[in-house]
Amino acid sequence: MADISFRLKAENKGDAYEIKALFKHPMESGVRKNKATGEVYPADFINEITAKLNGTPVMVAEWSGAVSQNPFLAFKVTGKAGDKLEVSCTSNKGDSGTSTADLA
Amino acid sequence: MKRRTFLKAGLATSATAVAVSAGILAPNAVFAAYNEAAFKTKTVDEGMSAVFGSAAAADSADIKLKAPAIAENGAVVPVEVDATAMKGVESIAIFVAKNAVPLACTYKFSAGALGFAAVRVKMGETQDVVAVVKAGGKLFKTKSEVKVTIGGCGG
Repeated sequence: MADISFRLKAENKGDAYEIKALFKHPMESGVRKNKATGEVYPADFINEITAKLNGTPVMVAEWSGAVSQNPFLAFKVTGKAGDKLEVSCTSNKGDSGTSTADLA
Repeated sequence: MKRRTFLKAGLATSATAVAVSAGILAPNAVFAAYNEAAFKTKTVDEGMSAVFGSAAAADSADIKLKAPAIAENGAVVPVEVDATAMKGVESIAIFVAKNAVPLACTYKFSAGALGFAAVRVKMGETQDVVAVVKAGGKLFKTKSEVKVTIGGCGG
């Protein structure tokens, strides 16, 4: 089980915080074939992302293999400066990663 | 024959009703486990039923769906759904109509998050992106066509 690394950024937009995450992941859908050998590349994609604000889940995303390679995710939360944001993701293979950011 | 059709229709309706009520009664449905079945559906309507329990959604101008009119690279198409104008947004689902599995992603929100989601999706050909938003227990949708020009020369 490998680690999924990603960058997390919280931007103050005035009335809300925009959270952006950029993951490093192949997002292999399980449909694509190797053109030379005809073999199907096995599915390997991030399928679940959970965001917690001060420990309380605020957003859960479920993804299929139709999300692009090295995926980008953005969502908005209401919070205040100093709130702790934690985002974790898991893939269909069981790989996982966690990243944290403080709202400013 | 007519009676038979009528009975069949009745059965189908009651089955849907049961499914809907089961969906409402399911505790903690907001943050349930990964919806494997929904990501195996083959049409937008099936996907909506699997995610929201219903495929009936009203068109709404309050959902702002931002997707490029022309995408040069179908492997990376940025899509943004902004439903912050709506109150009580519970979830957002994004469908790419002609993909083998149209359901690309779903987002569920609880208090503390706004009805907003952005993502990049893959699409093989020119087609509609459909955004479905559940707010206040009701379903709303909007769509936008994206032209995919893999050659990059337009057309």
